[in-house]
Amino acid sequence: MNPDDGLVPRIPVGEWAETGIDWLKANLAWLFDAFRWLMEFLVGNFTEALLFLPALVMIPLLALLAWAVRSWRMGIGTLVMMIVVVAMDQWTPMLQTMALVIVATLFAVIIAVPLGILAAMNSTVSAIVKPIMDFMQTMPAFVYLIPAVTFFSIGLVPGMFSTIIFALPPGVRMTELGIRQVDSETVEAGESFGANRGQILRGIQLPLAIPTIMAGVNQVIMLALSMAVIAGMAGTEGSGKLVVQAISTLDLPLGVEAGLGVVVLAVFLDRVTAALGDPGDYKSSLLAVLRRRRTASPA
Amino acid sequence: MPPAITADGLYKVFGRRPARGVEALRQGRTRDELRDEGLTAAVIDASFSVEPGENFVVMGLSGSGKSTLIRMVNGLLPASAGELRIGDDVLSSMSPGKVREVRRKRVSMVFQHFALLPHRTVGENAAYGLEVSGLNRADREKRATEALEMVGLKGWGGYRPSALSGGMQQRVGLARALAAGTDIMLMDEAFSALDPLIRRDMQDQLIELQQKLDKTILFITHDLNEAMRIGDRIAMMRDGRIEQIGTSDEILNEPANDYVARFIQDVDRSRVMTAQNILERPSETLGEDHGPRTAHRMLRETQNPWLVALHRDRTPLGVLWEEDVAEAVRTGRDELPWVPGREMPVVSYDTPIADLFAPSAHHLNPLIVVDEDGKFLGVIPRVTLLTAAGTGHGENGDTVTTVGAPDAAGGDALPGTTHDTLGGDR
Repeated sequence: MNPDDGLVPRIPVGEWAETGIDWLKANLAWLFDAFRWLMEFLVGNFTEALLFLPALVMIPLLALLAWAVRSWRMGIGTLVMMIVVVAMDQWTPMLQTMALVIVATLFAVIIAVPLGILAAMNSTVSAIVKPIMDFMQTMPAFVYLIPAVTFFSIGLVPGMFSTIIFALPPGVRMTELGIRQVDSETVEAGESFGANRGQILRGIQLPLAIPTIMAGVNQVIMLALSMAVIAGMAGTEGSGKLVVQAISTLDLPLGVEAGLGVVVLAVFLDRVTAALGDPGDYKSSLLAVLRRRRTASPA
Repeated sequence: MPPAITADGLYKVFGRRPARGVEALRQGRTRDELRDEGLTAAVIDASFSVEPGENFVVMGLSGSGKSTLIRMVNGLLPASAGELRIGDDVLSSMSPGKVREVRRKRVSMVFQHFALLPHRTVGENAAYGLEVSGLNRADREKRATEALEMVGLKGWGGYRPSALSGGMQQRVGLARALAAGTDIMLMDEAFSALDPLIRRDMQDQLIELQQKLDKTILFITHDLNEAMRIGDRIAMMRDGRIEQIGTSDEILNEPANDYVARFIQDVDRSRVMTAQNILERPSETLGEDHGPRTAHRMLRETQNPWLVALHRDRTPLGVLWEEDVAEAVRTGRDELPWVPGREMPVVSYDTPIADLFAPSAHHLNPLIVVDEDGKFLGVIPRVTLLTAAGTGHGENGDTVTTVGAPDAAGGDALPGTTHDTLGGDR
């Protein structure tokens, strides 16, 4: 209770928010249904696809991917870590979380990159988008779950919804930053040869902003992962649900094992996407070696 | 033919409501007064015209408005007032699409820090202008390869710009502008980021390319020596205004005001002035069929101790000295008395004076100056060279009074090997 209760009237912000959410639920039900259907379709099928192959076939494939984009060391590390996950009986929940994170990241990027481009090209858009992003990022992550459950009831979809919202901001920010920090003389060179806005964006700004944008995507994935665990509270299947279950029953062994599953997933996704952003930095990756061999042979 | 570029009372004012700033400037308010109101007058009442095929240099220190001026020529910055014409077309009245068309087809640009696209190969960079204008891949690659060859980067098309040195990167920038095939090239401090030796190479190459391709060049620089070296005409800019427009000789010899005069004090005249500025035309030259008697008569008339003999096509044949001719006349010989060991130092008309000292010191004969076809233009006796270096002025066309006494005499031979410094910029 505030000591000044009598002086400052109580403003029912929370109730207003609830009214707003209720209104949205009543009037935009078709939109939420469409979103629900889409998410269930995508994540459901993707999870099934990931689980289609037995773990002992899937793991070498993931290790090969890590080797292809980063290094053979990363490949061996992946192999060992993933086998430990299987041994802890965390394989299926980890892949469920992986599917969730990847689909959520995909959606976040599809929204964030165009928004970031708009913000970079137009200062007004930037001035509007920035505080909204600050708001989205600082609002405690759990809070998103409440309206999400209101809209979609429990299960996978509220988890997806809150994950996308929570993971969006770094994608927007880094895209805007990446485009704005492209050397102005280079952009001027494009203009001086008669390039129009689209040609400058496609030919100069976006390619030069790619490393920064990929750093943003990497951040999006990390945030999506942390949110995916929280989404377990809303009943989303995966490692997150096991963690929540472990908390509520004070089951330490389960908590540690589920937690380690999330860590392995995080390390794998982080290193692979970081390597995608700057392929030139990873000279011992399988792709780099093949590329060198290809360019060297005709000469 | 109209001038390639015409600027007519151009103004550029940055800030809110630039039109107000232009009005204030026209009423005689100063740049500083405007700054207090939050307006920056970058270019004030600039008028000039650049003829087709001319190399027009805008020279000024940083903050003089020269970079703003060059960006107004291709519409990167629209003028606040005044008119800019490319040929007969007024840039300020064009739609954005039309302005882009002008940039694609008629005006290209070279940048101070090269502004190459690091994610593309050298060849793709050179083809950039053509790609933007929608030329098909095969044609633009062909033209980019030609342009790279022209700037001396044959075979580098497949590399990334980061693999090249600064000088080579700027050659790519030059190739990109050349490949675009525009008549007008804007060069924004194009060589300022290069080290001095490379800069000189690039200047020479630019002059050469311009003569070959007949481009109109608007060149921005803060380096007066550079301006004097490459500019057909130079516009001196200060605080947004053009102080003087003229050839390098006009600016050196008749500075319009104290500012220009103070500026040119630092110019190394021996680098700016070339052999053609100080050469002397002897009143008589000997033909290749003439004999010793004619030579003797000419020597008496010109009062010089030497005489230049020319081939029928006016290329230099050799130099005769008074005593040798007198000796030949006395002994009654018919051939011209060539002396062994007296080499004839031949220099090109565009050799900077600084590069003339070495050949002059090595030879007793006056330096023979020839034009680009190797035809005789005049001579530079040692004393003239020393005078020019001392004052910066040579008196054209006067006959020479004295020159060091010849120390060898007698014998006959053809002129020795020529000391050839044609095109001798090193």
